[in-house]
Amino acid sequence: MTDLSHLKADFPILESGVHFLDSGASSQKPIPVLEAMDRFARTSYANVHRGAYKLSVASTNAYEAARKRVAEFIGAADEREVIFTRGTTTSLNTVAFGWGMEHLGEGDRILTTQMEHHANLVPWQMVAKRTGATLDHVPITDDGRLDMAILESKLGPDVKVVAVTGMSNVLGTMPDVSRIAQLAHQHGARVVVDAAQLVPHSGVDVQQLGADFVAFSSHKMLGPTGIGVLWGRMDALEETEPFEGGGEMIADVTLHDATWAEIPHRFEAGTPPIIEAVGLHAAIDYLDSIGMDLVFEHDQELTAIALERLSDVPGLAIQGPTDLKDRGGVVSMTMEGIHAHDLATILDEQNVAVRAGHHCAKPLMRCLGVTATARASFYVYNEEADINALIHGLRRAGEIFGTI
Amino acid sequence: MALEELYREVILDHYRNPRNKGHLEDPQASAQGVNPLCGDEITIEVSFDGDKVSEIAVEGQGCSISQSSASMMTEAIKGKSRDEIDELVKRFRQMMSLDTSIDDSNDPGLDPERPGSVLGDIEALQGVRQYPVRIKCASLAWNTLLEALSDASPDSTSD
Repeated sequence: MTDLSHLKADFPILESGVHFLDSGASSQKPIPVLEAMDRFARTSYANVHRGAYKLSVASTNAYEAARKRVAEFIGAADEREVIFTRGTTTSLNTVAFGWGMEHLGEGDRILTTQMEHHANLVPWQMVAKRTGATLDHVPITDDGRLDMAILESKLGPDVKVVAVTGMSNVLGTMPDVSRIAQLAHQHGARVVVDAAQLVPHSGVDVQQLGADFVAFSSHKMLGPTGIGVLWGRMDALEETEPFEGGGEMIADVTLHDATWAEIPHRFEAGTPPIIEAVGLHAAIDYLDSIGMDLVFEHDQELTAIALERLSDVPGLAIQGPTDLKDRGGVVSMTMEGIHAHDLATILDEQNVAVRAGHHCAKPLMRCLGVTATARASFYVYNEEADINALIHGLRRAGEIFGTI
Repeated sequence: MALEELYREVILDHYRNPRNKGHLEDPQASAQGVNPLCGDEITIEVSFDGDKVSEIAVEGQGCSISQSSASMMTEAIKGKSRDEIDELVKRFRQMMSLDTSIDDSNDPGLDPERPGSVLGDIEALQGVRQYPVRIKCASLAWNTLLEALSDASPDSTSD
């Protein structure tokens, strides 16, 4: 068993004794991240890319250093391929609108999956309506995995883009994105990956992944809210139009027209999240100091324990894969005769924080035949004691509802 | 303990055995309510006899609080007039701390056994007040009922 218990002291919020099992929604922040942002705001903060004075230069350097750090972390060929956004949702909207509105039209097909978060589904619905393209979905198998055979059969010359999650935020399933990218590229389609769960929990090498666009958020990987990343392969970014106009993103502006700044700045309209970029930089340093292999291994070990222990709880059903193959540290569950919200309330009384609801994946919920699940998700600061508390709370729920 | 205050037996009973569940054959008014944050859904159908609710049916999915609140509500409003229902809704909202316009300085409290208790079983839901995020669960059926009633114009309700 990996021992990451020494990390817990870095997370002041956990001193309250909370068993925090909702990192899939947002992770907690370690002291080095908080201190990096605090130090930067106290000593080096100013707006970026526009001041001739020393502070602005220092701030710009810190912001651009964060970009470089992200590029290195995900194996980008060129740091200009890293665009800072407000988060995964903005990153995916940038692709859907900035790329999709330019390259989709009637007769074209957008291929996505039944297990997407709304952030990788609704933007494509909007763009489909505006361009006349159609939206098609790859279903999941009975054990909660992406049906690769159907995916393959649905690919064709009319498929212009494949939008897929790197790790389901409900089921934990990790589709084989490298294989999907390979297949999609044979048909000339672009591949967009919602990596909001994948990057924080297993890391990503964009070269190995082989996709064209990868989106993720800082706040799920120990960094602050308000900043996320869109990585795009340079040739894909070159055929993407800016999604937002404003300051910072222009080369020249007249009363009637404007030309765009260079990539990546043309995609970063307005004052960017500067302090947050410094925080994200520190979060990546923190994760790297643990090692992403170990981060993933720790998640896996906790997931293995959880899957085993949960199977002993009467009336409990796991939604999604019940083994460790190609899955992350996200476990969704339902309990016979007890609604997920009631589970979450009872667990909260035991100081166990889980998510209950549809997890912004309503089409997947319908497909699973449930309206809501309770979801436990793990991260570096979790330990076996958190799972013990979860199990204890679930049994207590069974007692209150008279199902155990 | 707080949890027992929330999950009282009467609530669990209505959750397990919801009253007036299903659909009416020919409802005179209906409305659908959803809680987009948590996915709870409810459909309420109502028929009238003059000014009074003669029949009501509820179909939906959700947590014990939203479903039991709906079930208890159907029992409470059957046979009641619009004015009586308005009063019930007002008392319910007051209990949920959603309506503070009522002067309750002389209120005998929420003991269901007390003479003149308006809400009856529904008062078991008062434990929900301790769980602010769950108040919307308890209120869903009531808000949907108001929508159904506002849907039914006075003309269409007279027979």
